[in-house]
Amino acid sequence: MSVTVIKPGMLSSFQDHGREGYQHQGIPAAGAMDERAHRLANALAGNEGDPATLEITLTGPTLRFDAPACFALAGADLGATLNGQDIAQLRPLIARPGDVLAFGARPATGVRAYLAVHGGFALTSVMGSETTYLRSGFGGFQGRALAKGDVVPLRRPLAPDCDTAALQKALWQVRVYLPAALGNKQREFIRFLPGVHWPEFSQSSRRAFLESDFRISPQSDRMGYRLLGRPLTMNQPRQMLSEAACFGTVQVPSGGEAIILMADRQTTGGYPKIAQIATVDLPALAQSAPGQVLRFQRIELDEAQRLDGERERAFAQLHDALAPLRALLN
Amino acid sequence: MPLNVNSNSLSPAETRWRILPQGDRCLIVSFGERIDAAIGRTCLAAARKLRDARLPGVTDVVPSFVAVAVHYRPGGHGEGPTYAALSEHIQALLADGIPTADAGGREVDIPVCYGGEHGPDLEEVARAARIKPEDVIRLHSEPRSMVFMLGFAPGHAYLGVHDEKLNIPRRPSPRTAVPAGAVAIANRQTVIYPNRLPGGWNIIGATPLVMFDPAREPAALLQPGDTVRFVPITPDEFDRIRGSRP
Repeated sequence: MSVTVIKPGMLSSFQDHGREGYQHQGIPAAGAMDERAHRLANALAGNEGDPATLEITLTGPTLRFDAPACFALAGADLGATLNGQDIAQLRPLIARPGDVLAFGARPATGVRAYLAVHGGFALTSVMGSETTYLRSGFGGFQGRALAKGDVVPLRRPLAPDCDTAALQKALWQVRVYLPAALGNKQREFIRFLPGVHWPEFSQSSRRAFLESDFRISPQSDRMGYRLLGRPLTMNQPRQMLSEAACFGTVQVPSGGEAIILMADRQTTGGYPKIAQIATVDLPALAQSAPGQVLRFQRIELDEAQRLDGERERAFAQLHDALAPLRALLN
Repeated sequence: MPLNVNSNSLSPAETRWRILPQGDRCLIVSFGERIDAAIGRTCLAAARKLRDARLPGVTDVVPSFVAVAVHYRPGGHGEGPTYAALSEHIQALLADGIPTADAGGREVDIPVCYGGEHGPDLEEVARAARIKPEDVIRLHSEPRSMVFMLGFAPGHAYLGVHDEKLNIPRRPSPRTAVPAGAVAIANRQTVIYPNRLPGGWNIIGATPLVMFDPAREPAALLQPGDTVRFVPITPDEFDRIRGSRP
């Protein structure tokens, strides 16, 4: 009743929406880089709540299902196939025992895909979350990324005598209508709010942040994206005390090279903060690869919160609309 | 941006704070700009009060030396909390008084083996402070210290505020690996490394205790607001305590 890892892929780790409530102990929230895609995968696999999905990075793994399972993929299109046949994203799909899920059949669009299985993977919750914090090695599957030969049990696989063909057919009949707010269309601009130290940056640095291109450095990972572009400087550089940092905080060490803190950010940081990426645009950022060029656009706080709330409402709508799908699986 | 002068409460008459947004899912209550025991205690007390208030949508309340961060997220149907509503709520709670007398912490003894192989920078710290190594140990271990915040890594505690004589800067170039348990000082503060980590602080000793264990509840040995007594131990005692730990 499990999934066996034939090839682990570049970086495949279990993530949920993050480990909340422990940041005062210095414990990073971590969580899915593209939380939107993580939640979509779960919704389309008929899951309630927030079980961890497998976050798959660029070069996907090869996995063998050892039990019948319903699964769904969302996020980047990394060329997924089941037994060599192309499969659709954003659909509930059925795997039979022995079926092999692989990636790389087509060029990737985006960086991170999310694999949800109905019922979730049987992971141990650590401090209320199934998310893997790779740097300290806890949470998720043994605190680490998948490795060859791993056998990951499923929490509630389909019954062994399940008529998978009939279920597959019934699932195809379920209409999946994705609200526009849940799409991830390529954005010309990444929207941001001014950071707490924005007014202390020089006028030319603020203009550069608003008007010039920044390239995502190859030294970018789940912890942070380094940006290559015009150096950003403060009017009067000063020592900062370590203060809370967030997913999407743009901080600028003394060298002037900005870093966007991502999912695995530390809980606190001691560098000046020029900006904060709007939550609604974090998924677009999570799907941007090193080498890609970013441009930033200022947005007002109430607008950012309106868009964030709109996305939550869209998820609630989708959840309601997928009741027939869950009925088929439960 | 509410600015407050707060006189009619349990908090010191001069307590002021500023609430400002950090993006659309976090706000910062800022109490000052410098390392100061009174400001630090106010942050701890405010964090405790905000945590106990169990504000809807709030996921994390994170104190630091000079500020408290409040992380929040919109509810399942997209309803609040908005920055406007949450900051108003927090403003009212804090204006009602911040009981700084009770940071809510425990008293914790941390055994430390100072100097030698466990504290390679002790001699240098003593030279920089123009005092004897024994005096560094005395100034560090005799007064109680307070845990003002955790950050940088899971269970990584910042304590202070130490005697003015221990106001020495960090090392010019950080070490790439500091062993777990290292007790290190800079700028009148101490950090205790919970794991092997890079670090630029001056290592004056080490504790045999496990500072962070994700399987333990709570995972971090020290919590914000705890009062700590550093208890000097010998290398033999260090080995014995380390040997007896599970």
